[in-house]
Amino acid sequence: MTHQFPSLSPEQKKELSDIAQRIIAPGKGILAADESTGTMGKRLEKIKVENSEENRRYFRDLLFSTDPSISNCVGGIIFFHETLYQKSDSGKLFPQVIKDKGIVVGIKVDKGTAGLNGTDGETTTQGLDGLSERCAQYKKDGCDFAKWRCVLKISDSCPTSVAIAENANVLARYASICQQNGLVPIVEPEILPDGTHDLLRCQYVTEKVLAAVYKALSDHHVYLEGTLLKPNMVTAGQSCAKKFTPQEVAMATVTALRRTVPASVPGICFLSGGQSEEEASLNLNAINQVPLNRPWKLSFSYGRALQASALAAWQGKTANKAAAQEAFCSRAKINGLASKGEYKASGSADQASMQSLFSASYIY
Amino acid sequence: MKLTESLRSVFITPEERTYLISVRRLLPKAAGQSVRMTHQSPTLSEAQKRELHETALRIVSPGKGILAADESVGSMAKRLAQVGVENTEENRRQYRQILFSADDRVSGCIGGIIFFHETLYQNSDTGIPFVKMIRDRGILVGIKVDKGVVPLAGTFGETTTQGLDGLSDRCAQYKKDGAVFAKWRCVLKVSETNPSPLAITENANVLARYSSICQQHGIVPIIEPEILPDGDHDLKRSQYITEKVLTAVYKAMSDHHVYLEGTLLKPNMVTSGHSCSTKYGPEEVAMATVTALRRTVPPAVTGVAFLSGGQSEEEATVHLNAINNCPLAKPWILSFSFGRALQASALRAWRGHKENEKGATEQFIKKAEANSLASQGKYTGGDNNYTDAGQRSYGSSHAY
Repeated sequence: MTHQFPSLSPEQKKELSDIAQRIIAPGKGILAADESTGTMGKRLEKIKVENSEENRRYFRDLLFSTDPSISNCVGGIIFFHETLYQKSDSGKLFPQVIKDKGIVVGIKVDKGTAGLNGTDGETTTQGLDGLSERCAQYKKDGCDFAKWRCVLKISDSCPTSVAIAENANVLARYASICQQNGLVPIVEPEILPDGTHDLLRCQYVTEKVLAAVYKALSDHHVYLEGTLLKPNMVTAGQSCAKKFTPQEVAMATVTALRRTVPASVPGICFLSGGQSEEEASLNLNAINQVPLNRPWKLSFSYGRALQASALAAWQGKTANKAAAQEAFCSRAKINGLASKGEYKASGSADQASMQSLFSASYIY
Repeated sequence: MKLTESLRSVFITPEERTYLISVRRLLPKAAGQSVRMTHQSPTLSEAQKRELHETALRIVSPGKGILAADESVGSMAKRLAQVGVENTEENRRQYRQILFSADDRVSGCIGGIIFFHETLYQNSDTGIPFVKMIRDRGILVGIKVDKGVVPLAGTFGETTTQGLDGLSDRCAQYKKDGAVFAKWRCVLKVSETNPSPLAITENANVLARYSSICQQHGIVPIIEPEILPDGDHDLKRSQYITEKVLTAVYKAMSDHHVYLEGTLLKPNMVTSGHSCSTKYGPEEVAMATVTALRRTVPPAVTGVAFLSGGQSEEEATVHLNAINNCPLAKPWILSFSFGRALQASALRAWRGHKENEKGATEQFIKKAEANSLASQGKYTGGDNNYTDAGQRSYGSSHAY
């Protein structure tokens, strides 16, 4: 085990590193548009739209054909398999539409969660079978990065050590396979916000989970400079009685990341979980203002937090297309600013007074 | 109530009890018998964390590094033999006095000095405790707390390090006696078969136990997983192994709930083996070293203070300088914790003669100043110029 059999050539490393850098270029983040058919069903049901393939195509088209200036704040878009082979109204395949805007195309490659027997409802994620061949095909079809989501939860008994170890391991296998095929793996170990736990508990669990993830990535010889991390922010559980400010969320989050994520990881793109659009932007902004050394880019990989307003504006009606695109653009721009710590929500204080909220009386 | 206790209160046969206990192991853990590892029992209070973090920052504050003057009696024997001096307690005291009598010039270069146990309780010629002399210069006192290496059976000459027994009480005493940081050295070596997975895990674990105990007593642990430079392995191999070792170290630190902001790392630089036929320039050593650290050492670690291993004084300084000029982002302070690389010239100048003492101290001060510059990337001694005109080419990072 002490003999290195190079897993990647210098050229392969450079390609992966360059792709990662393009996705998280300054002011840019990721649009997670990879909702599975079932998940899209839930979204469309909320606006009373039928979950047909055409409706899914139409909505994604609405997002992807937005003004080209969107590429100033969106560096990459994650696709669901079906969407990769759909076309825009203009007749162009979606990957091409995206690439023409200078945005990198990504693909969700996992096949959903599977139960871990002997646990209290914990899961691992499946999708490794034939993954190498699928990655090779996706690369040919225009993708340059992939995404795989693992899920952990917090409760009295969770997450257990087997859930942590198993999910870390499967993420590392996925990452290793992607890199062999020229795809940058986005590593997503999501810790759900469900529960009554407080901020400290979430921070503790996040630190344990991420330490295990990076140990597994090292064991599997994954090239960190050619990966991205998509973690949860550190927040209290949704049913926690105590509320925490964006500054507290930010300090706890950055502290947890500093203790676990090596500096060679080029970027960390947070998932929005159950947060509202505004919450997700305010928290990201606060994270980018934390007065601690942050050697990775801290950006976004948002699904709902980028699309909720657009969906609500669309309502399934063609007449609302422009308004929906406007809503999407607006959110994208805000998150672009938040990823640089420059977002000023109307009514919020300026940077100077924001800083003072950080003068930590509390050490995390 | 534990299952065994509840069983005792019921009248059942021993066979039934055994069966019930064995069945329990097959059942999923019910809430209440939960796996408590996800609950944090706070290891340190806020005040304790603050103290540890501030101490660590002071040791490696900009331009400062560590003098490793903690050679055991056995190691001192080797050093003194080289200059023809007898290895007596008095000679060891005289020699350390040379280093500790350095004037104010070292206050800006040395943030901490690591002592050997014996030295902690020695005085100068005029009866001043060494600890007091050092602290009066604003330099922090550290103490070597390990008890040397012991073999790992079933391996090819690999070792772990002992010293955990009673370590908590010893730390409490050392804190009273003036020490605010500690050092523990683990050793790994590179060969066809080494380091083995056992050596890596065992040494990482013992380093984490030591760290955890130190922090309970307000002592900042310096974590030293030294990979020896002996061998003919190349730079790549050294980098690969360093990455594996350091990843294991920080996983163990996490498992043992060590507060990273209140620690320092003392690793080897990434260099090829002594007998390697290929020679590498300082920029290559720097890229390999910084790359390895970026992949393994969490940004929360306050500082990295390199050991000098078998390097000469000049080599160690030039390498440290190149490391600090490396164009990759480095979120920790990168400084020195040198023994031989700070003392070799001083030792040679002294040769055991009282009349050489001042000259010897001067040699030490010069080395301290040189390394202080190197820790800021500003060392221009030798042909080592990193100003605009002389900017060296570090090459592509993708080859590492």
